[in-house]
Amino acid sequence: MARQRFFVTFIMMLAVCSLVFTVACTKPKVKPDSQELETVESTLPEEETTSMEMAEQQTQERVEEEAIREEREKARQMFENENIHFEFDKSTLTPEAQEILRRKATFLLNNPDKSIVIEGHCDERGTGEYNLALGDRRAKSAKDFLVDMGVEPSRLSTISYGEEQPLDPRSTPAAWAKNRRAHFEIQ
Amino acid sequence: MVKKFAVIMLFICLFPALAMAEYDYINISNPFLFKIPVAVPVFKAMTETPAAEKAEGAPAEKEGPESVASTISVEAADLLAETLAFTRYFDIINRAAFLERPSETGITLKALNCKNWRDIGAEFIVTGGVSLKDGILSMELRLIDVFKELMMIGKKYKGKPGDQRTMVRRFCSEIMKRFTGGPGIFESKIAFVSNGSGHKEIYICDFDGHNPRRITHDNSINLSPAWSSDGNWLAYTSYREGHPDLYIKHLTENRGVVFSRDGINISPAWKPETFSLAATLSFSGDQEIYLLTGSGKIIKQLTRSWGIDVSPSFSPDGERIAFVSNRAGSPQIYIKDIASGAIQRLTFEGGYNTTPEWAPQKNRIAYCAMETGEFNIKVIDVETKEIVSLTGGQGDNESPSWAPDGSLIAFSSTRAGGVPKIYVMSAAGTDQRRLLDLPGEQTCPGWSPAVAAGQ
Repeated sequence: MARQRFFVTFIMMLAVCSLVFTVACTKPKVKPDSQELETVESTLPEEETTSMEMAEQQTQERVEEEAIREEREKARQMFENENIHFEFDKSTLTPEAQEILRRKATFLLNNPDKSIVIEGHCDERGTGEYNLALGDRRAKSAKDFLVDMGVEPSRLSTISYGEEQPLDPRSTPAAWAKNRRAHFEIQ
Repeated sequence: MVKKFAVIMLFICLFPALAMAEYDYINISNPFLFKIPVAVPVFKAMTETPAAEKAEGAPAEKEGPESVASTISVEAADLLAETLAFTRYFDIINRAAFLERPSETGITLKALNCKNWRDIGAEFIVTGGVSLKDGILSMELRLIDVFKELMMIGKKYKGKPGDQRTMVRRFCSEIMKRFTGGPGIFESKIAFVSNGSGHKEIYICDFDGHNPRRITHDNSINLSPAWSSDGNWLAYTSYREGHPDLYIKHLTENRGVVFSRDGINISPAWKPETFSLAATLSFSGDQEIYLLTGSGKIIKQLTRSWGIDVSPSFSPDGERIAFVSNRAGSPQIYIKDIASGAIQRLTFEGGYNTTPEWAPQKNRIAYCAMETGEFNIKVIDVETKEIVSLTGGQGDNESPSWAPDGSLIAFSSTRAGGVPKIYVMSAAGTDQRRLLDLPGEQTCPGWSPAVAAGQ
């Protein structure tokens, strides 16, 4: 019995000793690990700084992009909002219309990815069928002018609405003048 | 049984027509100076009441055949009077002036005292009798000359209740045949454009504006309906796919084609007695008139001139077209002989003459002219170039379209409140009356041939 107890105690002591020894042996290994960790830790802030800088830069770019987009949108809106006008029963381009079309040609040459639809419209006076043909001619004279200015014809399509889509539905000379127009829509 | 009657309207000549040759035809080109005075008394309700019931003096049931027949006898007489009046050939005498009541005294020549009708200024009288038995509506109609004291036409029609409009129109056709030599317009229809739904859609109504119904449901822009001369096809322009294309559509069968080329595909006009039509196309970059088959293939180019060529209309023999061209700087009407290619300018007055419509019989062309800012309908004689103004001083009047017998012209006018509505006038410009009462704007009337498809 006494002999048995001694044996157990001996085993346990051995185990404790071996545990202590094991701990002592692994300790030197820990140090280089923590050193590596330290270096890693020191590089982290660097990376973060970079990403922050990049984010700032991106925001800056975004703002610039937005500004450009806004500018483009403005140009686009100006392009689309600026109609050319015609005299009654005429599809010839007035000097004023030609001036506007020159600006439109510049826009189109600066934006080679854009295609447009040119709509020809008439005032309510006159015959529906004749006005459809007249609207067709108005759209086509605008197209021909832009082609002469160097815009690729395949980027320009035309449609006539005749007297079917007045801007101003009133029957006044001012409304008629506004309705005799070519309108430009970016696709 | 009833269905059989619905499909085939039976009519039996009561007596052989008498003295046909003694009547001169109305001169259709100059008819409206003297209108024929006609009396159309209320028809006689002829439902036989069973003797026993009569003896008991039992009041007729509200919806019994007798009361239905008497309602129809009033309505059908009114309808017949309106239908005759619509032709602008007849002056319908006010019933308040009548000295006798055929609905009580009898509707046959024997039962009438012709002097009573001559005394109130009538030259003719139309009498009618209506009976309703076993769900069969019978109508007897007579046209009597009260001067010669003879019956010119006598017909009996059988059908179902509700067919009275068809019966009345058939009889009016008989009357017109007797007076004008042609069948008249009572089986014709009028196509037109209305924006009452919020979009310009195509509708068709009967010749008198009755029964308008919608043909297109595009929610886009539909324009310029044109009938084929067999009355089965309608061609028109639609923006259904976003651009102005030509639609050629059978009215009762679900078939047709869409002609869609670059630019405009507009202003169709059928060539008489053929399945082909002219239209303006601009795929070449210029607006020219082409001849197409009804299935949408180009047969040939009809005009060749830089500028607008639009709104073709064939002469009745199909050998010439009238059209609008701005080749001389402003829109004017030209005529082209298709075989020889010879072109002649027809209008020289004024700076804006459009929408020529060749009359179906006479060598005359109706068109729209702008003068001092106002648009009016005129007719020009192709040979003499003599021009007659048919409208004036009543808003803008546009888009003339001849009735198939050339006696009437439908057109659009802004005379009532500036909103375009459809009106009909005689070929001489008299009796201008509004055709129908629909919400919105109605434009582009297109009158069908004498018989048109569609219910």
